[in-house]
Amino acid sequence: MLQETAFVKTRVQAGVLECALCGEVDHHSARALREKLDTELFLHRPRLFLLSLEHISFMDSSGLGLILGRLNVARELACEMRLVKVSDRIRSILSLAGASRLEGLIIEEESL
Amino acid sequence: MRKICVNTMKLVLPAISENERMARTQVCALVSTLNPTVTELGDVRCALSEAVTNAIVHGYGTPDGVTDDKLLYIAVTLYADRSLKISVRDHGRGIPDVKAAREPLFTTDSSGDRSGMGFSVMEAFCDRVEVLSKVGEGTKVTLYKTLA
Repeated sequence: MLQETAFVKTRVQAGVLECALCGEVDHHSARALREKLDTELFLHRPRLFLLSLEHISFMDSSGLGLILGRLNVARELACEMRLVKVSDRIRSILSLAGASRLEGLIIEEESL
Repeated sequence: MRKICVNTMKLVLPAISENERMARTQVCALVSTLNPTVTELGDVRCALSEAVTNAIVHGYGTPDGVTDDKLLYIAVTLYADRSLKISVRDHGRGIPDVKAAREPLFTTDSSGDRSGMGFSVMEAFCDRVEVLSKVGEGTKVTLYKTLA
């Protein structure tokens, strides 16, 4: 490993797991991020999983795969998953996966 | 009419995943000289990242170290009319069916965490995407974009 380019910040409170993806989310960083997120999900078994995208400085379709993959894991654990602080750029990448898969997934700023 | 070239760059990097970021940084440094908008530069950064990732993952099967024969060849050309051309070439496996590979959600990965949206992202963020591939010889993806 030459350099850590992305990491996860975690907070757990009252059955809610909050994770913030930070840094550059690409194919290179996605594996470690996936392992970290899954570890947290299986460890805490939250009823609600909030994934914050605010501190992502770059994301490509590897990030999309990471998010959709975690959605499947959360579903298996009967956990609600929501995305918070989604920038326009990330939204444009997410939207390529199809509007139906994202329905209700993103918590909009106004409703926070 | 022949386009006037204002600058070019050729970059050869070993096909390791660390170099996805390196390629983005270097290519965007050159593209920045055209004073793109934040959105335009973000488009280029993301589309390039997809092309480079494809070459590493699919062309070369994600090498676990640096070798002399698994290289990425990236060429950038900037033109006076604010258009640019970025090609990413590998000497990897090649794509048997380019048309199928370009379909949204197409992925050869069964482990489940590749979205299959690489070409869709390139197409969404560029004006045109050209793919030339030959099985056993490699793939060349060329991204075309004109800045405002």
